[in-house]
Amino acid sequence: MDATATYVLPYVLRLADTCLIHSQRLSEWCGHAPVLEEDLALSNIALDLLGQARALLTYAGQLEGVGRDEDQLAFLREERDYRNLVLVELPNAAASPSDGAGGRDFALTTLRNAALSIWLELLYERLQASTDAEIAAIAAKSLKEVRYHRQHSSDWVVRLGDGTAESHGRMQAALALLWPYFNELFAAEGVAGVGPAWKELEPEWRARWAALMQEASLTLPRDSAMQPRGIDGIHSEHLGHLLATMQYLQRAYPGGVW
Amino acid sequence: MSNPNNEWPLWEIFVRSKAGLDHKHCGSLHAADAAMAVQMARDVYTRRQEGTSIWVVRSEQIVASDPAEKGSLFEPADDKVYRHPTFYELPDELNHM
Repeated sequence: MDATATYVLPYVLRLADTCLIHSQRLSEWCGHAPVLEEDLALSNIALDLLGQARALLTYAGQLEGVGRDEDQLAFLREERDYRNLVLVELPNAAASPSDGAGGRDFALTTLRNAALSIWLELLYERLQASTDAEIAAIAAKSLKEVRYHRQHSSDWVVRLGDGTAESHGRMQAALALLWPYFNELFAAEGVAGVGPAWKELEPEWRARWAALMQEASLTLPRDSAMQPRGIDGIHSEHLGHLLATMQYLQRAYPGGVW
Repeated sequence: MSNPNNEWPLWEIFVRSKAGLDHKHCGSLHAADAAMAVQMARDVYTRRQEGTSIWVVRSEQIVASDPAEKGSLFEPADDKVYRHPTFYELPDELNHM
């Protein structure tokens, strides 16, 4: 691996794994969304993110230079090797599955989707101008997708935040739960010319998030000092369970393809 | 979902597959309002590259002919072939007539 790849690889992997694990969590809604129309919308978003993860993982494999492809990176790494944000591995509900909703809370999902899609939009906008042609091309293609994700999920955040007393309460509870994990959105270092430090996205993300919260009549919680480090491979207890499901087929039937 | 008053209204969806063609009725869906109906239609009916434009109309706004009057409305046209422009030879370049 040459010197550049040493720095670019972790940068790409953080984004790739965040898209991959985010997609896997979203796909748990397939067949279970509140209405059929939203079921398709969530699955479409999950598939878009999976496509982004595939392109990024393929490139990560090339940078790594030991012959691993997207499938091997997605399905045959250990928990500590994943570099995704802790935010995306959190389950779809804070409550236990015994709450009758099967462990899925639409308020939490929709709020997380909105936060991540705004963040991805800001990041891809900058990565379009990357000196790394591969990253620039992936960013340009992905930008159109995440803009739609942002529109769709922000729309829900406003409807539910500014909806009934119950929907408002559930959105506010989801915000309280996720808020400390948003800190990691700004934690990764940049690579000169290739991609910005995530810190550079923070002022614009916070301004856009505050505007959305205001429109949705939601109150921002107090800032938290928590610093999740999924981007360094330090994960919550939830990632192992997610990987067990996601990797099962490839572990049980090595090399299996469509 | 047992109380129909709690359900979102029904919308009819029309999609134009490419520029120059007409919007075609492709189905219906439930949505809370027009903006949501357009978004839902995008995900339900255009995710396999079917469309370039979407129209949505509240189903209750559509006024339909009475099926019982089918005979008097449509059958008189059956034996009037001279009303069809089928006696013209169309050049091959003419599409979508």
